[in-house]
Amino acid sequence: MTHVQHLKPFLKKTPFHEPMEAMMHGAGWIRWQGYYSPAYFDSTQSEYMAARNGATVYDVSPLIKYAIRGKDAAKFANYLVTRDLTKVAPMNVAYTAWCDDDGRMIEEGTLFRLGPNDFLLNAALHQLHWLNESAYGFSVEIEEISEQLAGLSLQGPNSRVILEVLGVQGIGKLPHFGIMETTVDGHWLRIDRAGFTGDLGYEVWVKPQDAIWLWETLFRIGDPYKIAPMGGHALEMTRVEAGFILVDVDYIGAHHAIRPTQRVSPIEAGIGWAVALKKDAYFVGKRALQKEKAEGSSRFILSGIEIEGRKPAPGAFLYADEKGTKELGLTTSAMWSPLLKKNIAFAQIPIAYTKPGTEMWIEIWYPKEKKIERSMVKCWARNRMFFDPPRKKEVV
Amino acid sequence: MGTKYDAIVIGGGHNGLVTAAYLAKGGEKEGKNKLKVLVLERYHKVGGAAMSEEIHPGFTYSTCSYVCSLLRPEIFRFLDLPRHGLQVIPYEINSSPNHEGEGIITYSDHDRTRESLRRHSIKDAEAYDHYAAEISRQCRFIKPLLMVTPPDPTRLNPFAQNKINPWGKRNDLEGLLKIAHEFGRMGEKQMYEIIRFWTMSIGDFLDEYFETPRWKGFAAASSIIGTALGPYSPGTAYVLLHHYMGEVDGQIGAWGFARGGMGSVSKAIASAATEAGVEIRTNAEVAKVIIRGGKAVGVTLANGEEIYARTVVSNADPKRTYLKLIEKSDLDAIDPDIHSYAKNFKIRGSSGKLNIALDGLPQFAGLPKESAWGTIDIGGDFDYIERAYDDYKYGSWSKRPFLDIVIPTTVDPTMAPPGKHFMSVFVQYVPYKLGEQPWTPEMKAAFEKDVLDTIEMNAPGFRDLILHCQTRTPWDIENEVGLTEGNIFQGELTLDQMLFNRPFPGLGQYRGPFDNFYMCGSGTHPGGGVMGAPGANAAREMLKDFKHGVV
Repeated sequence: MTHVQHLKPFLKKTPFHEPMEAMMHGAGWIRWQGYYSPAYFDSTQSEYMAARNGATVYDVSPLIKYAIRGKDAAKFANYLVTRDLTKVAPMNVAYTAWCDDDGRMIEEGTLFRLGPNDFLLNAALHQLHWLNESAYGFSVEIEEISEQLAGLSLQGPNSRVILEVLGVQGIGKLPHFGIMETTVDGHWLRIDRAGFTGDLGYEVWVKPQDAIWLWETLFRIGDPYKIAPMGGHALEMTRVEAGFILVDVDYIGAHHAIRPTQRVSPIEAGIGWAVALKKDAYFVGKRALQKEKAEGSSRFILSGIEIEGRKPAPGAFLYADEKGTKELGLTTSAMWSPLLKKNIAFAQIPIAYTKPGTEMWIEIWYPKEKKIERSMVKCWARNRMFFDPPRKKEVV
Repeated sequence: MGTKYDAIVIGGGHNGLVTAAYLAKGGEKEGKNKLKVLVLERYHKVGGAAMSEEIHPGFTYSTCSYVCSLLRPEIFRFLDLPRHGLQVIPYEINSSPNHEGEGIITYSDHDRTRESLRRHSIKDAEAYDHYAAEISRQCRFIKPLLMVTPPDPTRLNPFAQNKINPWGKRNDLEGLLKIAHEFGRMGEKQMYEIIRFWTMSIGDFLDEYFETPRWKGFAAASSIIGTALGPYSPGTAYVLLHHYMGEVDGQIGAWGFARGGMGSVSKAIASAATEAGVEIRTNAEVAKVIIRGGKAVGVTLANGEEIYARTVVSNADPKRTYLKLIEKSDLDAIDPDIHSYAKNFKIRGSSGKLNIALDGLPQFAGLPKESAWGTIDIGGDFDYIERAYDDYKYGSWSKRPFLDIVIPTTVDPTMAPPGKHFMSVFVQYVPYKLGEQPWTPEMKAAFEKDVLDTIEMNAPGFRDLILHCQTRTPWDIENEVGLTEGNIFQGELTLDQMLFNRPFPGLGQYRGPFDNFYMCGSGTHPGGGVMGAPGANAAREMLKDFKHGVV
């Protein structure tokens, strides 16, 4: 007798689970914050190619969503995050980091400004404890509303035309990081122009009871536009090409770092541009970040690198010389890009080496014909945004 | 006589463009002067047989070659072709319909393929693992031979005349030792296997593994494509390997669609070449290579214009180059053998092409809907293919041909309006001439009908979907693309015309019989398929002669 036979399945199903299950041919479920999430449906390769060539649909319902509302919501949000929200008008998305008092990044994500004092924070990790703690003294209500919305990320060069055919008026005019709300066939939709693939793309949010309608409608009208479902593995490839960082992969969230040195600042994590040191109001971590900037005390910057050859190099050490006497840093995410035909990675390297084109050496251990081989090859600093097509921001 | 150019490339096919781009980028690292390179193309756009054209409004056809795998990754990266717009989308299904029962279907997923084959034969499904491993071993051996100049064993004779390749001897010895080393690494048993495989017929090879006749016929497909041989002709096993040795992102044997059609390959290479400083002239047909004092000094265009250069490199096939572009007297003055080598060069056209615009996706008999994603081979057992070959042998097209069909618009949204499709139909076997008679419009129509009937039989309702059909016989391919007899490989891929014997004995290292004259087309090692390797290898040899660094 074992305890296993007495346990009940506990993973939750998103509102899209049923139609996803019908397309799930490779037993590719993985977990995402307690929900079933697809890693791949049939083949990662075809899903990745569909994202770069037609359009893909990825279930983003498990994203953790916090509504921040109330008299002081704008003030609080601006205190919470590193971006200057006075410059973000209602119905716009701000990509931002939020830090602890030491200026170490807890997480980064998108913050929707739906109204002057109405925000929606999308997080990969549970943040309510921190949000409540930070909200002390502000007149705000913070509510976890994750299950009140079901969302699909529709990404790829054909995503816009699919929404046009769906009947979304004015989708072509929606700017990058804009938000719109509309009604199609009596169903409420919220659409924001953002995503994790670095391409033209949208996130489409509906009430959970409309989830099946959205899924079936998208696949019906998207068929001639090469729509495909996408799992997390293909998404992972597209986000590395796009240069987007991921918590606990490219940096460790400050709240669950074991040692304080594991924590990184947003500058070190390569999103220094999202830190508005000049904003008037104080924000959590501002003093520490100002100091880091003024002293130049960032230990490294997470940068893009391009590597010679075709061996993917996750967790590989970088050196200043071929002999490997001077160590520079370590890669985090790494992949062979089928689209760019480049061997790319993110690497934590000293600021002096981050200028695009700077040559370094990298030590890669890789499996080849059933054994492990080592190679020491050249690599070069690059803009981390390896893939950045004009259509991403284009308004038609 | 002003020589404005360092090199003139005759023909703007994909290999000519690769040669041009490599030449222009040669010496870049060494800080040498950029070589001035001119590409002369007969047609109004470059690409040769890797061409996309809007033949029917709204539809882009890959008019000749139709899938991509062999294009060497080294070239893809060196020329940064993605930045120049090239995107290859792999497909993961191959299938063969059956109007009398269940079709055959294989997937890139090994487990799924085995399950699929079990429906036909448990024995074959189990043997498939062993077969696939053997093919992988064969690919492993051949891969290092592709991007190198083939070493010539005759150069090892210290007393041999070595006027053609001044770089010979040492390089040849080193090259041979490298191959011997690779060969030895395969182990004794595999060394025997490799020699057997390179010379045997695909029929004999498959008989050693499989029992299901239709499956064997399907597996043999890649070994007869573009080849004027039947499945039991010796040498066909190698042709199979030639179609398996390609890769997409390191997956050996994977094939894909070039987004926007195969013209995207040429367009991207041309863009890389132009960026590197290459000058491309279209509507500029070369009529003759100018030879003076045993040296190539330039070309004469069809309009009489003469253009001079330090070197001339021909992307045209060996027969066209040595029998049409070069005067026999010039050849005979150097080496009287070459004219007869060229005359005897095997370049029989055996394939036709139908390009079809469809109103919707056809449903193939005995196959699931998803099979439309990848190649669909209409054929049958070896008897079906041998009968098709018999028609060809005796001077006609196959009445029931073998067809290699792809519908790239199942994944590529750029080639046809939404919901519509472009279908590429490769037809085997189709002769260059009907007996000794030329093709007539009536004969071409009868040929087209036989092909469409064969498809209709295997995809009921297909005919009603046809919006437009372009039909090309080998004769059309010769006249429109310039490939002699319409042979897609610029010369057959049989062992007598391979390695250092490709195109001719003694000329296997990209240098022609004249000083300053080179070859860079698929008629040179390692042969056809949209590979680019001949072009890159030729450029490397030219750069050596220019003392212009290495690429």
